[in-house]
Amino acid sequence: MEQLRAILAKLRHFFEGSLAERDFDEEARTHMALLADRFTRRGMTPEAAWREARRQFGNATSLKEARHDMQTFAWLERLWHDLLHGARLLRMNPVFSCVAIVSLGLGIGANTAIFQLLDAVRLRTLPIRNPNELAQIKIVGGNQGMGMNNAYGDLTRPIWEELHQRQKAFSGLFAWGVNGDVVGTGSQLEPVNGFYVTGNLFQVLGVEAWRGRLVTPEDEHACPVTTAVVSYAYWQTKMGGREIDLGTKLLIDGQLMQVTGVTPPGFLGLIVGDRFDIVLPFCEPKQLMRNLFEVTVMGRLRPGISLAGASAELAALSPGITAATEITGYSAETVARYRRFRLAAYPAGAGVSGLRDEYDSSLWLLLGITGLVLLIACANLANLILARASARERELGVRLALGASRGRLLAQLLAENTLLAVAGAALGIGIAQMVSRALVWSLSTESNAVLLPMAIDSRVLAFTAAVTTLTCLVFGAIPALRAAGLQPLSALRAGGRGMTASRDRFSLQRALAVTQISVSLVLLVGALLFVRSFHKLMTFDPGMREEGVTAAFIGFQQSNIPAERYLQFQQQLVEEVRAVPGVISAATTTNPPLLGGSWTHGIQIGSAHGDSKFTWVGPEYLATMGIPLLRGRGFSASDTADSARVAVVNETFVRQYAGGTDPIGMAMRTGQEPDYPSTVYTIVGVIPDTKYACLRCGTPPMTFAPASQFPAQHPWTAILIHSNLPADIIASRVKLRLAEKHPEMATQLSSFQTLIRDGLVRDRLMAMLSGFFGLLAALLAMAGLYGVVSYMAARRRNEIGIRIALGARRGQVIGMVMREAAWMVAAGVIAGTALALLAGRAAATLLFDLKPYDVPTLAAAAGMLIGIAVLASFVPASRASGLDPMQALRCD
Amino acid sequence: MSKEVTRNQKKTDILQGTLDLMVLKTLDALGPLHGYGIARRIEQISDSVLQLNEGTVYTALLRLEQQGWIASEWGSSENNRRARFYSISRSGRKQLARETQEWERMAGVIGRLLQVRR
Repeated sequence: MEQLRAILAKLRHFFEGSLAERDFDEEARTHMALLADRFTRRGMTPEAAWREARRQFGNATSLKEARHDMQTFAWLERLWHDLLHGARLLRMNPVFSCVAIVSLGLGIGANTAIFQLLDAVRLRTLPIRNPNELAQIKIVGGNQGMGMNNAYGDLTRPIWEELHQRQKAFSGLFAWGVNGDVVGTGSQLEPVNGFYVTGNLFQVLGVEAWRGRLVTPEDEHACPVTTAVVSYAYWQTKMGGREIDLGTKLLIDGQLMQVTGVTPPGFLGLIVGDRFDIVLPFCEPKQLMRNLFEVTVMGRLRPGISLAGASAELAALSPGITAATEITGYSAETVARYRRFRLAAYPAGAGVSGLRDEYDSSLWLLLGITGLVLLIACANLANLILARASARERELGVRLALGASRGRLLAQLLAENTLLAVAGAALGIGIAQMVSRALVWSLSTESNAVLLPMAIDSRVLAFTAAVTTLTCLVFGAIPALRAAGLQPLSALRAGGRGMTASRDRFSLQRALAVTQISVSLVLLVGALLFVRSFHKLMTFDPGMREEGVTAAFIGFQQSNIPAERYLQFQQQLVEEVRAVPGVISAATTTNPPLLGGSWTHGIQIGSAHGDSKFTWVGPEYLATMGIPLLRGRGFSASDTADSARVAVVNETFVRQYAGGTDPIGMAMRTGQEPDYPSTVYTIVGVIPDTKYACLRCGTPPMTFAPASQFPAQHPWTAILIHSNLPADIIASRVKLRLAEKHPEMATQLSSFQTLIRDGLVRDRLMAMLSGFFGLLAALLAMAGLYGVVSYMAARRRNEIGIRIALGARRGQVIGMVMREAAWMVAAGVIAGTALALLAGRAAATLLFDLKPYDVPTLAAAAGMLIGIAVLASFVPASRASGLDPMQALRCD
Repeated sequence: MSKEVTRNQKKTDILQGTLDLMVLKTLDALGPLHGYGIARRIEQISDSVLQLNEGTVYTALLRLEQQGWIASEWGSSENNRRARFYSISRSGRKQLARETQEWERMAGVIGRLLQVRR
């Protein structure tokens, strides 16, 4: 209570800005005058009386100081003075200050940028009401590739219907899915991202319409869908932001739909990093497909029910649900596997994301890398400050001798460094905004635009503050503590006139330099690993042609072709493509390789059971893709829908199912699936192993069959085109030709190689960033080593001068200085190699065809670093050897 | 002069924290006073036994004023100089009562303690 009143009085004093000091002077003068009068009356001389009065009153100055402390927040004032003093010192050394602030800014900026990305992809919750109540229902362990799988499809619609009716743990449960749709017609056709939702989705999420109304349960009726909602971005960019009324309609997938509303700008869907353009309600088809995993089911947990509680309920419900939704037309084994599926609830407050799965480990690794770069930068700064501190030893010694407490000195040095750190952090946050946006942009590809809003939220600020504090401790506290341990007398006496500088003086600088070298070795090893891995991916031969191939994705749903003529129409399209000047060959395929798609069927050969990848391709496929035949024959026009079923298999297939013997003539039976009746294929040819789904993926047993014998024809196809013309020229020619003949058809053409490389975005990012940071680290370490060696040489001027005067040769002096550096480098390289081996495990899964303990990489990194170190220490060593001994000994 | 010195040697330092109490009591007993007057009163009551740097009275006065136990205003001293006159406030009287009680309790305890014979 009394303390509170004292603080209030201080505040009053501060704001009223009283005349207290002058008042006290006057009071003191009156008091002493009265005392002096009294002494004079007792017979003292006026001078003696005044002297006695002053003595009896006491030390007026210290009283005033005590009063000042009582009336003001003394520590605050001291802090302010320290900061002012620090700022003055920094202004006096603009070069040092700039170097410090910029290097801190870059270091903190890089860390903040990566963290922002991580925050956006992983940590930030969805912009909805109480996101932490949101949970997602999934099959424990996933569906293991059973049936057909859409992107973000965890469950089938029959499962959703059952869940919807049976569950009690959720206060609201909804389902959604995504699909690529088209808006418009003919040449105005444009692809859009469709977001398919149950009628209660927006209500459960608590998302309100921006304009009009959003999807409601009444919109869910028998197919086809008649209403749609658009995203704010789509409404603004494609519909001009015009008011939504009854006349607002869009032609979506050839169906004219009433647009009823616009979603709010902040709602970007439930997939982090992706966008949706239109929202369509679920509709009820005549028959729901039991083997199509197409929906994600999410809901809000009832108050008081935990994820574990919900999972327990779901586990109890699972047998009943799988029994009610059992997939049909599959082997007994597959059905049994389906019946064993268990459902469970998982947190979903941060939405779902493919980006998250793909980039999670990369981003954590990058955060580690940028953290290490910052550490090196800090070590550099600490060294600079140490060097400066020893130049200031005299100043500090004087102040200690005059009675400044060590605490005050420490506080003042810390204030100076804090100033640097805060300025660096401010710069860093600015840099991070640009860097994080550039990073998001670099993740986007032609076919997949990444949409991630970058924001400075409280988490990002807290992260930056924490990094800054740590930084400040590392680079600021060590030198400050050291300076505070100064012996004033020796500091005043030494004044740079030492003989050989004592080892102890430099031990800290040595340790910092060794740390820098070892950490930068780790980063260089990482950089080389990622760059080499990316290079290997770029030059990797997947066993087929990449260059000179163009992929055409064609949908002819609008062309009014009856189902029995799909095959014929596809063959007609191939002929039209082949007629385009410059096209060498072309072939349809049900699944273009290396783009992530996968198509598996169970098979039986003799008594052996297993599975194989299946692709149905046109006759010219092997020629188009440059895949040679090892044995037997490929396909031709004589393999028709009615002729005997034939297949070409790869070597892995032969090894696995034919025991390495000649498989030509062997029969293989496929397992039965809906639309794919069990069929016997005769093997007629063998091709070498090629990559299948992606460059990193292994080579599974593969089977190719003629497109004409594909049992489930669709109104869409992919055509691979080989040409020696540049990809963009052939693409535009083909597109033009097809558009002339079939204006209603949706056609998308891309260079095959570009599509493959779009799948390497992560590798490119890792190679670029780790390469950049590795180089930066090496440069920083070089600067650090240079600084330490120059400094040590400078402090040994007298000693070196005497040696030269006594006849030491140039080479001897250079050798002497560089030996010092060599010890540090050797220690750094050894420690760094050990660290790199430890750290390498984190990178293992991200590397292609490289082990993290790759000896040539380690050797190359160590070699590079040693080269840099020699350069960094030779310059100061050679300068020291050119010393004029007379001058070195004379000057002090 | 020599007489002064011998008397000084017998002086006792003021017990920590008791100066505030003395100042409050003085203002309560004598009404508004300036710092000099307070110092004289303490000197008189203590029969010049207490060692007092008279300037510290002003520190005590500032502390008391910050707590709102006394108020002050400018007036004129006996030698016609400007002087600040301090007077005790109502909450100051309450504080004085509390402190007096506390002091007496403490003095009682110490007194009893010192009277105990083995």
